[in-house]
Amino acid sequence: MKIEEQTMAIDGTPFTARVAIAGGGAPLIYLHGPTGHAWTPLHERLAERFTVHAPLHPGWESLDDLDHLDSVADLVLYYVDILDRYGIERASLVGHSVGGMVAAEIAAARPDRVERLALVAPWGLWRDDEPTADFWGQPPERLATALWSDPSGEAALANAPVREPEAMLSAYLANSAAAHFTWPIPDNNLRRRLHRVVAPTLLVWGQDDGIVPLSYADDFVELLPDASSIVLEGGAHNVHLERADVVADAILDHLASAAVGA
Amino acid sequence: MKSIFFPLNPYRELPDDFEERYESVYVTPPNDELCDPERAAQFYNWTLDEYEAASRLGFDGLGINEHHQNAYGYFNSPNLFAAALARRTEETAIVLLGNTLALYDPALRVAEDLAVLDTISGGRIVAGMPVGTPMDTAFVYGVTPTKVRPRFHEARDMIVQAWTRPGPFAYNGRFMKLRYVNPWPKPLQKPHPPIWLAGGASLETFELAAENDYAYNFLNFNGYQFAKDTMKLFWDTVADRGKDDNPYRAGFFQQIVVADTDAEAERLYLEHVQYFYRKCMHIPPYMVAPPGYISKRSADFQMRRSAAAQTVREAVVEGKWSNYVDNGIVIAGSPETVADQLIEGIKDLRIGHLMASLQIGSMSHELTLRNLTLFAEKVMPKLRGIWGDDWEDHWWPSGAGVPEQATAGIGA
Repeated sequence: MKIEEQTMAIDGTPFTARVAIAGGGAPLIYLHGPTGHAWTPLHERLAERFTVHAPLHPGWESLDDLDHLDSVADLVLYYVDILDRYGIERASLVGHSVGGMVAAEIAAARPDRVERLALVAPWGLWRDDEPTADFWGQPPERLATALWSDPSGEAALANAPVREPEAMLSAYLANSAAAHFTWPIPDNNLRRRLHRVVAPTLLVWGQDDGIVPLSYADDFVELLPDASSIVLEGGAHNVHLERADVVADAILDHLASAAVGA
Repeated sequence: MKSIFFPLNPYRELPDDFEERYESVYVTPPNDELCDPERAAQFYNWTLDEYEAASRLGFDGLGINEHHQNAYGYFNSPNLFAAALARRTEETAIVLLGNTLALYDPALRVAEDLAVLDTISGGRIVAGMPVGTPMDTAFVYGVTPTKVRPRFHEARDMIVQAWTRPGPFAYNGRFMKLRYVNPWPKPLQKPHPPIWLAGGASLETFELAAENDYAYNFLNFNGYQFAKDTMKLFWDTVADRGKDDNPYRAGFFQQIVVADTDAEAERLYLEHVQYFYRKCMHIPPYMVAPPGYISKRSADFQMRRSAAAQTVREAVVEGKWSNYVDNGIVIAGSPETVADQLIEGIKDLRIGHLMASLQIGSMSHELTLRNLTLFAEKVMPKLRGIWGDDWEDHWWPSGAGVPEQATAGIGA
């Protein structure tokens, strides 16, 4: 599949957006998790039915850009500007982890711009009785078991951190952007805004998620006006990589009505 | 050349198996299990007694730092200790290295505290402004890593304005919105107490020091031999900005233990040095590098320089006296040995302010007093004259006196 990497200045802001685009059909925005952007088998499957736009979170070029984005509200506008720049009136949003939080925020702030929503292990809520794990506050071996059902399995090995300076730096910047909006507790009061979401929403969770507990899926379903959830065995926080095909099937099923209309 | 007694105030009785049982000396060592308030009080009072002894022994300054939830240094608020010392000493400079500005919003409280300390001490305050460790800022105080430096810069800017502009005035910052800045009183020193930066070697901090004529202090625990490259980079930055190479622009932290002979030093101090490097340096890598704490440029720079850290890690694993002493991690031995190495290090690094770490790890009060006394009587006099009369220390508080032993210096 041909993936086009585009960069473009966003007029009136200091930002240059970087977006990977592939596929055909109705627009779908994919928002990545904390460790950064990669074109994954899930993207590949989604691009068979949609025109997938996968933007990097801001800060990818320089962390100084983040000085202009004080809050999640600013971040939402950053993405709405990108939609405008591409002339996308309505799109379906898919987000993983911190990207799921951002997708939910966009859908709450601009329900008119979002067709359907799929959130894979989204951040953004908090429960005192079952706190989310500190993504950046644990040793690599403990993090591995939070991310993967099988830390020595194929998906985990294929996505292991690369010890190459450029990749390390790029991962550092992606993590920094994620932390910028979620440190030290990924709760920016999204709970108060979820009632505004109009788009039908699918929540996808890996059974062994060691970052965001399973109970959070129930909270999302309860707070969102039109939502359902599925929990997959053989997956943890990175269920979108470890069970890519099953996750793709579920998301494509959920988005189907939007695709028909395109 | 100025010598500043710089203890860390560690918890001196961590359990033998501390580093096996617990994740970190910093942030998460469970307080109820490890920190007995009665023992903590004893260690605080010993440290305060050691400061007062250092003042009587003729040290130029008393250095106090700021760490949080940290078993190797639990001063927490350096201003509390500075207040006690301002009343219990008369001539000695009080070198504050906190306050960690990014933690305080609004940082007006820091401007106020330091002004109060400056007045009651008679102008003996150094206003240290460290960016702060990732553990203190990001992990304990929950400051978003990408906002630590912007908050630091804004606070520094506001504090300097509060000390120098007529009040009241409005300060409209990114973080601080203050309609009326008008602290009572302003500091005694004019235009304000000397500002010292402190850090572990970020490029941005070098540039900030050079451009604003702030003193820079390289605070790490690896010793003078591993600091040479870093300090060369600092002095290159100073030269690039067209500034002179006055050694008083720079300070350095060095672990120092003195005994009657080299052999006695090993016998007296090895267990305490081991305690420090094994237990007090037990900090997991992920706490040291939260995402966004350093700039892209500094991240790139640091990914290429880890040789010193590696050698120190090996030294800690082996833990032999020679590991520490041969690499200059700890300067140890008879007064002659210590003075020779210190003079070499001071000249190599080109520093005018020595942060003399003379209470290390589990060292008892008695042993610390012995180390302090030997250093003050037999080493310090040899250091005083190193820079001769060529340079004036523009970074020394104007109200600090000249210690009695100052004239005893014999040069180097």
